[in-house]
Amino acid sequence: MSVIVTDTGFGPDVFVENGGQFVSASDLALTSATRLGVDLFNDADPGALVDHFERIALIRIPFPSFADGRGFSLARQLRSLGYTGRLRASGHLISDQYKHARKVGFDEVEIDFDLATRQPEPQWLRAAAPGYLEKFRSSRKAA
Amino acid sequence: MYAYTDFDQAFVRERVDAFRDQVARRINGSLTEDEFKPHRLMNGLYLQLHAYMLRVAIPYGTLDGRQMRQLAMIADRWDKGYGHFTTRQNIQFNWPKLADTPAMLDALADVEMHAIQTSGNCIRNVTSDHFAGAAADEIEDPRPTAELIRQWSTDHPEFLYLPRKFKIAVTGSPNDRAAAKAHDIGLRMVRDDIGAPGYEVLVGGGLGRTPMIARVVRAFLPKADLLPYLEAILHVYNLEGRRDNKYKARIKILAHETGIDELRTRIEAAFERIRGDFTAPDPATVARIQGSFAAPDFATDREIPTIADPALRSWVDTNVADHRRADHAMVTVSLKPIGGTPGDATSDQMRALAEIAETYAYDELRISHEQNVVLPHVHRADLPAVYAALREAGLHTANVGLVSDIIACPGMDYCALATARSIPIAQEISTAFEDIRRQRDIGELKIKISGCINACGHHHVGHIGILGLDRAGVETYQITLGGDATETAAIGERTGRGFSYEEIVPAVERLVDAYLEVREDETETFLETYRRVGMTPFKDALYGSEEEVGRAA
Ligand code: SF4
Repeated sequence: MSVIVTDTGFGPDVFVENGGQFVSASDLALTSATRLGVDLFNDADPGALVDHFERIALIRIPFPSFADGRGFSLARQLRSLGYTGRLRASGHLISDQYKHARKVGFDEVEIDFDLATRQPEPQWLRAAAPGYLEKFRSSRKAA
Repeated sequence: MYAYTDFDQAFVRERVDAFRDQVARRINGSLTEDEFKPHRLMNGLYLQLHAYMLRVAIPYGTLDGRQMRQLAMIADRWDKGYGHFTTRQNIQFNWPKLADTPAMLDALADVEMHAIQTSGNCIRNVTSDHFAGAAADEIEDPRPTAELIRQWSTDHPEFLYLPRKFKIAVTGSPNDRAAAKAHDIGLRMVRDDIGAPGYEVLVGGGLGRTPMIARVVRAFLPKADLLPYLEAILHVYNLEGRRDNKYKARIKILAHETGIDELRTRIEAAFERIRGDFTAPDPATVARIQGSFAAPDFATDREIPTIADPALRSWVDTNVADHRRADHAMVTVSLKPIGGTPGDATSDQMRALAEIAETYAYDELRISHEQNVVLPHVHRADLPAVYAALREAGLHTANVGLVSDIIACPGMDYCALATARSIPIAQEISTAFEDIRRQRDIGELKIKISGCINACGHHHVGHIGILGLDRAGVETYQITLGGDATETAAIGERTGRGFSYEEIVPAVERLVDAYLEVREDETETFLETYRRVGMTPFKDALYGSEEEVGRAA
């Protein structure tokens, strides 16, 4: 069972509970389904998803390790390509990274039950101070 | 001096609180040691051979008397009464306890300083020319740019978990004193055809085990595009830099494996995509940053006495450089006393420097990447008084740029990664060349020493570079010649087999003797001579009649 962390705290995976299904980005062309969940791996090209944005409800980017920051750049790139659906980071992220995940465009983080036990809800919701970057960016595409 | 805004102040305080909380969560088990490590590193705390080390940022090397006094206080209270200035315009305290570090960070925040991103796989403390704002050859003061980059890169949410560390240097002069070509990104301030200021952007320089000189990715970048362009470079690097091998993870390897032209194409594509996300920095912010680096109110109409005292004259010849104003001078205070540890200063010396800066130098101090301290603006009339005060503090060594002004990394004395000692080698070389007349006859000569292949002592760009290795349990020193960190950057070439600890200092002496022998006259420096005559006379001096000058050391 996974736990989904959002700004309101821990919750269930509503997407999956409502029957949502994930396909990998490379299989996207094989289906014409809508309201899709897509797994975008770290070495995939987010540009390939642009034509399908309309029928994607959620993109999930795995973090193989909390020290591998590619997911942060992928999220940012999806947002700058115009993706406005839900964006989820999943895997080994730690609570201190939640605010960074939010700032690059993720809406939520999916963690496993063990991590949720070791790093309980309050640790994820520690208020984030405003960062320097907000000074230099327009809010045009901010998530 | 850049003065913190309320925002800056709140940010560093919040950061100290967050770190205190991380330490607590490490102790209660919420964070594993692995998970804690990047946070510790990004707050400047590094685990050394004997203890923790706290590396404090001195952004672009600029500080004032009050800040220097606080560093002295920290050295007394939490360390052993001294600090070590590094080649990256940081100061390191070698003996703090983990539990004390949040209090140390608070003490830094009290004087608008921090240790943020001085370690870890993130964008590190931005470095710059230690003569910024004072040098005669300056196109523009690089510090406002460096401050802008400091702000942009601090806690940048996208770039805290890069493949490897990332270093940026900015220089505002055609004479590059910031070693821009030896950085992941080097920025050189230039003007375009119509005189508008901008940057030449260099990418992929770095030392370490695969030394490379940075190459140009953009010949002219308008000033307003700086942050989105930097962001584009980092974005491409974060996604494409290698993560399978930490020795191949720097952007220099990506540039090398991808090719600079292909890398440029990818950077430009990312730049086009994201530039619209940036607003031009708010003019009030820019004006405030610019204004905080305004020149001091220079004293005028003072009589400048001629200098008679020979010791003073000798110091002026080596340690004093021309300021952009004829009645002022730039003073370099050598932290390389004969037989001392390069870059070390005691708390008393730090206080003396603060006092001298406040009294004679418009309260400005700089740390140079050559591990010396600079007083960038001193009225020439005050040079005798400054010299006398430095002498009192034991800071009057007259050797800047000479053979005993050596850069050395901490090496085996402190560093967990070291394969050989480096500080004692520096001490012995400086002792061997103790005679100042001999040093002056030899002239400009930069010796740089690293205690392992990671090259923190920048040996690749030393005129004479020394690399300490471990060969079957025995310290062995390899020599390189002809390295250069300036605008004419070059990586030094290996001479041949290495030397033992006992042999290395005599070997350096033989190199210097060979130079004196073959130079055209005393105006031809070691580096110029090497470039003219090549390796042969130096090899002969090192290896003499040894039949085989082996490649393997
Ligand atoms: S060069 Fe090696 S020994 Fe010297 S400080 Fe760096 S890692 Fe340590």
